[in-house]
Amino acid sequence: MVPITPAHYLVLSASLFVIGVIGVLVRRNVIVILMSIELMLNAVNINLVAFAREWQHVVGQVFAVFVIVVAAAEAAVGLGIILAFYRNKETVNIDEMNLMKW
Amino acid sequence: MSLIWLVPLLPGFGAALNGLLGIRFFSKRAAGLVACVTMGLAFGISIWAFVGLLGLAPAARAYDVVLATWIPPIPLETAHGIGAFEAPWGLRLDPLSGLMALVVTGVGFLIHVYSIGYMDGETRGAYARYFSYLNLFCFFMLTLVLGSNLLVMFVGWEGVGLCSYLLIGYWYEKQSASDAGKKAFIVNRIGDWGFVLGIFLVFFTFGTLDFRAVADAAASMPVEAAGFGTLSLICLLLFIGATGKSAQIPLHVWLPDAMEGPTPVSALIHAATMVTAGVYVVARNAVLFTHAPMVMQIVAIVGVLTALMAATIGLVQNDIKRVLAYSTVSQLGYMFLATGVGAFAAAVFHLMTHAFFKALLFLGSGSVIHAMAGDQDMRRMGALKKYMPVTYVTMLIGTLAIAGIPPFSGFFSKDEILYRTFLDNRLLWALAAVTALLTAFYMFRLMSMTFFGGYRGPAWQHGADAAPGGGHGAGHGGHGAWHGPHESPRVMTVPLMALAVGAIVAGFVGVPQALWGNNAIEHFLEPSFTASAAVRGEAVAGGADATTDAARAETGAEAAHEEGGAHLSRGAEWGLMLFSVLLAVTGIWIAWRNYVVRPQVAASLAERFAGPHRMLTNKYYVDELYGATFVRGTLDGARGLWTFDRRVVDGAVDGSGWITRLSAWISHMLDTYVVDGLVNLLGWVTGEGSYVLRRVQTGLIQNYALLMLIGVFGLLTLYLLTR
Repeated sequence: MVPITPAHYLVLSASLFVIGVIGVLVRRNVIVILMSIELMLNAVNINLVAFAREWQHVVGQVFAVFVIVVAAAEAAVGLGIILAFYRNKETVNIDEMNLMKW
Repeated sequence: MSLIWLVPLLPGFGAALNGLLGIRFFSKRAAGLVACVTMGLAFGISIWAFVGLLGLAPAARAYDVVLATWIPPIPLETAHGIGAFEAPWGLRLDPLSGLMALVVTGVGFLIHVYSIGYMDGETRGAYARYFSYLNLFCFFMLTLVLGSNLLVMFVGWEGVGLCSYLLIGYWYEKQSASDAGKKAFIVNRIGDWGFVLGIFLVFFTFGTLDFRAVADAAASMPVEAAGFGTLSLICLLLFIGATGKSAQIPLHVWLPDAMEGPTPVSALIHAATMVTAGVYVVARNAVLFTHAPMVMQIVAIVGVLTALMAATIGLVQNDIKRVLAYSTVSQLGYMFLATGVGAFAAAVFHLMTHAFFKALLFLGSGSVIHAMAGDQDMRRMGALKKYMPVTYVTMLIGTLAIAGIPPFSGFFSKDEILYRTFLDNRLLWALAAVTALLTAFYMFRLMSMTFFGGYRGPAWQHGADAAPGGGHGAGHGGHGAWHGPHESPRVMTVPLMALAVGAIVAGFVGVPQALWGNNAIEHFLEPSFTASAAVRGEAVAGGADATTDAARAETGAEAAHEEGGAHLSRGAEWGLMLFSVLLAVTGIWIAWRNYVVRPQVAASLAERFAGPHRMLTNKYYVDELYGATFVRGTLDGARGLWTFDRRVVDGAVDGSGWITRLSAWISHMLDTYVVDGLVNLLGWVTGEGSYVLRRVQTGLIQNYALLMLIGVFGLLTLYLLTR
């Protein structure tokens, strides 16, 4: 049985983060993109918790809790925006959300 | 005598009252009354002062009043170091100014009264305006006469010029009247130029302007017998002023035109008083003139030439007032002739008698014009004797006086002048004698054409026999029907009668010794023509080495006794008198023969001598000559200056304006294309550049995220590689 080292945690978190990034970049559904962002946030959370355990330091865990709170708030706001957008345009396709330009 | 300051101020007060209030508020009656009362009072004071003056010893006959300081002493450079230039409002009563004041107020008062009737046809405002001007004239004339120094005299001098202008142009709606007024004013300015320069030179030479002080200073200077010195220059300049005011050659042209004014004005200003101001100036500065014999010669020559020229022109004029105007010029010439030969008293004597008979003649002609409803052409008169007997008789007296028939006043004064001229210069005397003949002729021509012969005027309706004088005014406007020639109202005939009495008796104050008189006026006036006694004695003592010419001039000034000067026997003097009377009678006889007995002779003579006749009717073409030279020259010069003004001065202004506009345009162009251009270019570049750059802004979040990721990777790579 191989002992679990910080390197494992880092690889896991990096993998999750990359999946999240790819999801944000390639998916067209806004809700999926929002979920990919949650994925990236949680990848960060893994990092924070892992190093908190490694160094027996509680700050990392506290910070992770903060991130979760922010993520929750962000998800609520994001979903609200998406809902409002959908009511206007009858779509959640990100290609049609191109109003923020000249 | 202490009230003499009231003499000028009373008419001045009347003028102010009529001018400020009268034109708007006074009735005709009130306006006339104000003018006449002020003049009457001035006349009364003059008589009173004159009587007071006669009561004094001859040497003490001078009374000074200083009303106020005008110019306080100002130190100024003169020929003898620094002098104090000062001019008080000083009046001086002495024999000369007393006599002049008497003449001015006396004749002036009568003419004021006469004007009440003559100007009756004017409207109320114009009537008051007329009397205001007339009173103002008397104010200035009396200032001129009574002033004790040259500057006060100059105030009066200019004032009478102004009033003359105002009164000549009284009917200013009439083009010829306003032109004549301007002509008189401008011609007088030329004379005044000389007069002012004379005043300057008097101050520079003597350091004072007071007549008495100047005379005393001049008396102690040598007579400029040989050369043309300062005194001669002063005299010449003053004489230029005198020629302007007294209408002598070459400035005589304004006086005949001045007849455009109302006839009483012509009588008062252009015959009796103002035009004699020039003679008065010369007489007032007699001491100066006796010290400048060359200028005396000039004065005498100018005088006699003017007398002769004006008399010849008077021969052929048909306008009754113009004949009298030329006669006035001619008589003024006589006066200057008298001053020129040193007979100052004779000049002033003639001035006085002339004032009476010429005012009488003018007022008589006014009465005739009044009767003819404004017509002045003698060719349309004739036989007026039976219609207006008073005017006829009084004018006959005036005519006899001017012709020099004894015992009328003109005989004595004219004969005195002729006698003194005979002593001085036979040629001048001959010319003066010819003038006397001509005078008698043209005056009786006037009488013949006006009062004798057949009536040649327009017909009138016999039916309506209106009350004389009530029907119409002075003929100007000529409202209402004209009922034929008639005698003038009492207010006009009474002054005529008074002046006629004056024309008869005025001569008796100067009966010559040859006729068992004592020539009272010469003795009376003598102190005014010489320096004060003390200075005179000094001059005689100091001037022992003076030339004989100087001595002669000196005695010329000491008029009365001809001591040491040329002298004629009583028989020769009688001969001269007889000769001049003979000349006058001849002139009268020729006029009678040509214009009453055989009127056609005059016309045939005019035809035979068409050339000279035309020359005379055109007044020797002097007006035309002046028109072609001075007036044309002035106008051309003015036009040249105007062109210069328009081309160069205006051109410079316009040019600078044009340059300003050009530079403004350039500045505008610079602003538009360079300054604005740069800003616009910047804007344009920014705008165009943004077309390219804004393509980056797709608005697609994923693009932005991708770019961000690429950037992160790029930076990370860079970081890792360069570490």
